[in-house]
Amino acid sequence: MSNNNGYKLVQGNEACVEGALAAGMRFYAGYPITPSTEIAEISAQKLPQIGGKFIQMEDELASMAAIIGGSLAGLKSMTATSGPGFSLMQENIGYAALAEIPCVIVNVQRGGPSTGMPTSPAQGDIMQAKWGTHGDHPSISLTPNSVQETYEYTIKAFNIAEKYRTPVVLLMDETVGHMREKLKIKDSSEIEVINRKKPTCEPKDYVAYRPDEDMVPQMASFGEGYRYHVTGLTHDETGFPTNNNDVSGKLVQRIVDKVEKNIDDITYYEEYRMEDAEIVIVAFGGVSRAAKSAIDDMREKNIKVGMFRPITIWPFLEKQINDVAQKAKEIYVAEMNLGQYFLEVDRVAGKKCPVKKINKINGELITPNEITYAVTGGAIND
Amino acid sequence: MAEKSLLQNKDWCKGCGVCVGFCPKQVLVIENEKCVIAYPEKCIFCGQCELRCPDNAIYIVGGTKDE
Amino acid sequence: MTNTNCNEMTQKYYRVDRMPHIWCPGCGHGTLMNTVVRAIDKVGLNKDDVVVVSGIGCSSRAPGYMDFNTLHTTHGRALAFATGIKMANPKLHVIVIMGDGDSSAIGGNHLIHAARRNIDITTIVFNNNIYGMTGGQFSPTTPYGDFATTAPFGNIDKAFDLCSLAQGAGATYVGRGTAYHAPLMQKLIEKGLENKGFSFIEGLSLCPTYYGRKNKKGNAFKMHSYFKDNCVDIKVVEKNPEKGENKILIGEFYNSPKTEYTEGYQVIIDKFQK
Repeated sequence: MSNNNGYKLVQGNEACVEGALAAGMRFYAGYPITPSTEIAEISAQKLPQIGGKFIQMEDELASMAAIIGGSLAGLKSMTATSGPGFSLMQENIGYAALAEIPCVIVNVQRGGPSTGMPTSPAQGDIMQAKWGTHGDHPSISLTPNSVQETYEYTIKAFNIAEKYRTPVVLLMDETVGHMREKLKIKDSSEIEVINRKKPTCEPKDYVAYRPDEDMVPQMASFGEGYRYHVTGLTHDETGFPTNNNDVSGKLVQRIVDKVEKNIDDITYYEEYRMEDAEIVIVAFGGVSRAAKSAIDDMREKNIKVGMFRPITIWPFLEKQINDVAQKAKEIYVAEMNLGQYFLEVDRVAGKKCPVKKINKINGELITPNEITYAVTGGAIND
Repeated sequence: MAEKSLLQNKDWCKGCGVCVGFCPKQVLVIENEKCVIAYPEKCIFCGQCELRCPDNAIYIVGGTKDE
Repeated sequence: MTNTNCNEMTQKYYRVDRMPHIWCPGCGHGTLMNTVVRAIDKVGLNKDDVVVVSGIGCSSRAPGYMDFNTLHTTHGRALAFATGIKMANPKLHVIVIMGDGDSSAIGGNHLIHAARRNIDITTIVFNNNIYGMTGGQFSPTTPYGDFATTAPFGNIDKAFDLCSLAQGAGATYVGRGTAYHAPLMQKLIEKGLENKGFSFIEGLSLCPTYYGRKNKKGNAFKMHSYFKDNCVDIKVVEKNPEKGENKILIGEFYNSPKTEYTEGYQVIIDKFQK
């Protein structure tokens, strides 16, 4: 590892920990799983050195539970896993959503289903990140495509979690997690760090789940004198369970709305050579790097092609995809699954222009040549 | 020292009869699915009812803590 | 607080505006919950520093009535949530209340690992030998041969001895009381709270509605009386082993403090913090 002028040569997984620490993570609970394990190892190494805490739990259900507990007790908390562990975490991710506990869950995606291909990249958990836990709930997922971006978007994941009091999923893939690139560690003065709103009222006046105008309630930590109740049952503004249909419905609507209605605040994407593009490739994570290379190749042959790269995968960037579809003659969605993000793109863009799939699920990256071939000579596995 | 007395909260009482069963002096009875302090004059303030009432619905007030 | 028609202890430690609680008539859980509160009072903990965590089930409704920092989590996971709380702020006194199914079926893994770490959590199991909230299915502590809605021909599962399980897994304070033996139960919880480490106190509860009815155990008073007549303190049995024959052992089973988990972690921080 080099360390020159603030630059280091590191893996995406290490950049994730650096970002988390910069954002203020002081508690990590996790369970080892390839290809995310380095995030646990590096957290175990670094956290006690700054007075933070690391714990290796007995499984992923416990890891997710522990970070909710850690967050309630006042520390910014994170866990990291891959597909099988992400499946185990789902129930408690829903708990964090309903009880409005900020936390960050990193999923370094590998080939699935089941144990699948532990050391191979995939993007098969796109829909799981949205719908993995039961019931209607807010979903926020960010997908970086480089080591530097992993650092930046881990910080953003914490900021969003804190601001909106909700779990945020950093959806990496094995390519990004294990890739080594240079990372510029920023000075703390250059980093925006957002912390949850704390109550300023007297404890006797604290109504734990009464939202402010931004739809987000103020959050006291356990032990600060604001004794309140937290439950995974639908609850009223006091935090106590209720069976009242009106109150329950409004609660679920609010936790969804606080994210969906603030989508502009959490919208991140990149457009590449889109100025005159007639053909648009929609790609994210590791695949977007191959897409960029394919676009450069095709541009040399005067094919007007560009890329729309969502970094915010959830909530779905409907407005931007709609704009893309207004101008495009064709859209290709390239992803390492059988067409999950495609479903959403096609829903929004399908009536305006043809939307086609470029998919691969054998544990190999989609190559630039495969994208070029699909765009110019027919789909590789349509 | 305040006089001791046995009180109850009928709103909380579910009439399970645990207090009635443990009362050594038959002070308590169940009427209309609630405990009733029928013979308060017989109460010796032993606290058996308060100790095991699952609903915090019967209790002794008065006296000093050592008693 | 709107209702002051109750004793001082109740007024001080309960959210009386949430009561009466949801438990069935005669349920032992209310009695056991009172032993927890009295123990907290006796030990003299500050309400703001106490966190009570539960999972899912009848027992897990307890924290909602208790005026502390309270967390009603998912089924079986209370100890994992509690572990995160204790790690994040070791100054907090963390108490976990679970049921038998919650602690030893769906949450069994978390129980043995929290015990193994010897993290400073006082765990109290309200064991009523049945899944009450879902209407009377057998649990890992339903005795062999007993009946439940999912054991209509008699239970062929063998029951866990929860205290042995916790002790074997590494709990440093272990004891068992009952709803009938409320003073003993309170004492065990007090000592559990004072033990700096993982304390496990099993409270035998009673479920007249499901377990009692299915197994013809009689009303709540009869079920209490069963504990009175069939439980023997381990101290008695140690002197006269024959007195323990076919009886339920209660009392303090194990008390052997060891290095506590968060203190162990603090040693690492103190050594390596830059």
